[in-house]
Amino acid sequence: MAHKSNYVPQSAFEKWLDERLPVVRLMKDQFIDFPTPRNLNYWWTFGGILIFCLIAQMMTGIVLAMHYVANESMAFESIEHIMRNVNWGWLIRYTHAVGASMFFAAAYLHMFRGLYYGSYKAPREILWILGVVILLLMIATSFMGYSLPWGQMSFWAVTVITNLFSSFDSVIPGLGTRIVQWVWGGFSVGNPTLNRLFSLHYLLPFMIAGVVILHIWALHVPGNNNPTGIDVKRSSEAMPFHPYYTIKDGFALAVFAIVFAAFVFYAPNYLGHSDNYIPADPLVTPTHIVPEWYFLPFYAILRAIPSKLFGVIAMFGAIMVLFVVPWLDSSPIRSLRYRPMLKLFFWAFVVTCVALGYLGAMPPDGIYLLSARLGTFYYFAFFLVVLPVVGRIETPTQMPGSITEDIMSKERRRRAALEGGAPAGAPAAPEKR
Amino acid sequence: MDSLDTLARWRTAQIAGVLVIALLALAAPLRAAEDDQIIRKEAWSFTGPFGIYDRAQLQRGFLVYQEVCASCHGMHYLHYRNLSEAGGPEFPEAAAKVVAASVEVEDGPDDQGEMYMRPGRLSDAFVSPFQNDQEARVANNGALPPDLSLMAKARPDGVNYLYSMLTGYADAPADVSMAEGMYYNTAFAGHQIAMPPPLFDDSIEYTDGTPPTIDNYAKDVTAFMMWAAEPKLEERHRVGFRVMIYLIIVAGLLYVAKRRVWSRGAH
Repeated sequence: MAHKSNYVPQSAFEKWLDERLPVVRLMKDQFIDFPTPRNLNYWWTFGGILIFCLIAQMMTGIVLAMHYVANESMAFESIEHIMRNVNWGWLIRYTHAVGASMFFAAAYLHMFRGLYYGSYKAPREILWILGVVILLLMIATSFMGYSLPWGQMSFWAVTVITNLFSSFDSVIPGLGTRIVQWVWGGFSVGNPTLNRLFSLHYLLPFMIAGVVILHIWALHVPGNNNPTGIDVKRSSEAMPFHPYYTIKDGFALAVFAIVFAAFVFYAPNYLGHSDNYIPADPLVTPTHIVPEWYFLPFYAILRAIPSKLFGVIAMFGAIMVLFVVPWLDSSPIRSLRYRPMLKLFFWAFVVTCVALGYLGAMPPDGIYLLSARLGTFYYFAFFLVVLPVVGRIETPTQMPGSITEDIMSKERRRRAALEGGAPAGAPAAPEKR
Repeated sequence: MDSLDTLARWRTAQIAGVLVIALLALAAPLRAAEDDQIIRKEAWSFTGPFGIYDRAQLQRGFLVYQEVCASCHGMHYLHYRNLSEAGGPEFPEAAAKVVAASVEVEDGPDDQGEMYMRPGRLSDAFVSPFQNDQEARVANNGALPPDLSLMAKARPDGVNYLYSMLTGYADAPADVSMAEGMYYNTAFAGHQIAMPPPLFDDSIEYTDGTPPTIDNYAKDVTAFMMWAAEPKLEERHRVGFRVMIYLIIVAGLLYVAKRRVWSRGAH
């Protein structure tokens, strides 16, 4: 939403700065005055929450890196050193470990919100694509971070995931093995592997931060979508970001922080795996190698496909397909509020994702395998079949003409309900600020 | 005034909260449970948001570890100083010094270039019973007695598992054929454990009147292992309570502030 700048430099210095680097103007225009639809609900607060998560992960991570030793014979011990001897080390490490889970929980809710309200549709395709890029970077970062304690699950997760590249052997014999050895820096997962994982784990968050800046930029050109999916048509339908959304996001963040803190202080290991408190042992394979919960749906898809190569392709495809969602959806209507048929398919998709998460933790045989295959089928069918087809065949429900009309009709219903059906005493106030 | 609207928004916020918690709560129990291990749930003083360790229990537990477990199992992430630190067994420092001095620690090199043995100090880590894994295996019929520092966190449902395992020795059912040198245990995965039954009634003398039974020994040493794995638990619970109170107040204030700000601009 391009809007006129309201910034007036107050002092000679501000004027001087504004003519050279208008950073104060940028801040005022984009984070104080920025016109934001007035009808955003609490599902729109996860963007701010995610920025908090990224900053929290980076700050705790930088402190952890001051004490952590990236060496196969010292990594595990250095974590215990942090937990026992470093001042507040237990708090910093548990916050970082739980923080990864909270980050993904918030990111997934943020994405489901984008899907539900059609936030990926024109003119926000780039915004959505940048979000998928951030998701990919987050997946890479958290996978590498999970390897660093060099416990049993760390070691074997690295072994299993890096070995996926060996599936290229079935395309060109020897190619996969070469790639795997190049990734490992040797003939098995070892010290060179741990060192590069640590190096990249420190690098990628800064890349995430860079893409986040682009993501916000891409958001601030068309402005926010909103629950009606209807563009803002007059200035009274928007309100300045500050104080209205700073305070709303702030409240949502505080509630999120309560959940976050409950895990950190009362169940810090609940989301982890007990095997990761056993030091890595290349000679002992854990009975079940299970990824962190936020990877389980993708893990279920990987194992649902009988061929290793196609399993790997399906797993990565499950994320890659997100890139083309803006062009798969054939309906011009953004919000699922007015798309009764797709709404059903959407909730079935949400249930499928949760179910795949459950199946990813179960052994891949019998009913579990069959269900995972059905789930994988629906996961892809939702994007490749449902989104293109439903837009062509469904009849949308009656849409309000504008955000104002939507708010007014809600207001009328609210008053009618409050006054027990009696005729409203006064006509609804015209929307004005 | 606009209570319905607020209600609807509040409901959205609630749904969001419930979803986050549900997503996370779903995550953990998703570990495939081992076949038929019998795990008994015990009431522990350190569970729950206000849980703290029972000092006397940790002291008895250390005694059990020292008298029985320590002959095969190390706890090398513990230091002798930890025994007298707050939030643990809190032995008097003099007692911890005596414990430390009872072991020989290799130090050096001295000014002649020689390594030498000296009595342990508070700053030393617990000395493990074996020099290396190979020596441990040779002494234990090929089995490796694991280090116990983190054992309470290194098994699913750690403390209940350890307590059940220590009290889970039984005669093998007739239809189970045992491998040589293995013992039947109802809690151990696969039921065949290489560790001989470690605890016997009356084998360790308790001075505080606690009945000297297998059950009490197992409970006490398990609590001790929990402290060894999670020595900052009491601090964590204490700080956590303050943080929660703080966050709840902040969230309440922000909610009120949000309502006031929006009532200015929303209509």
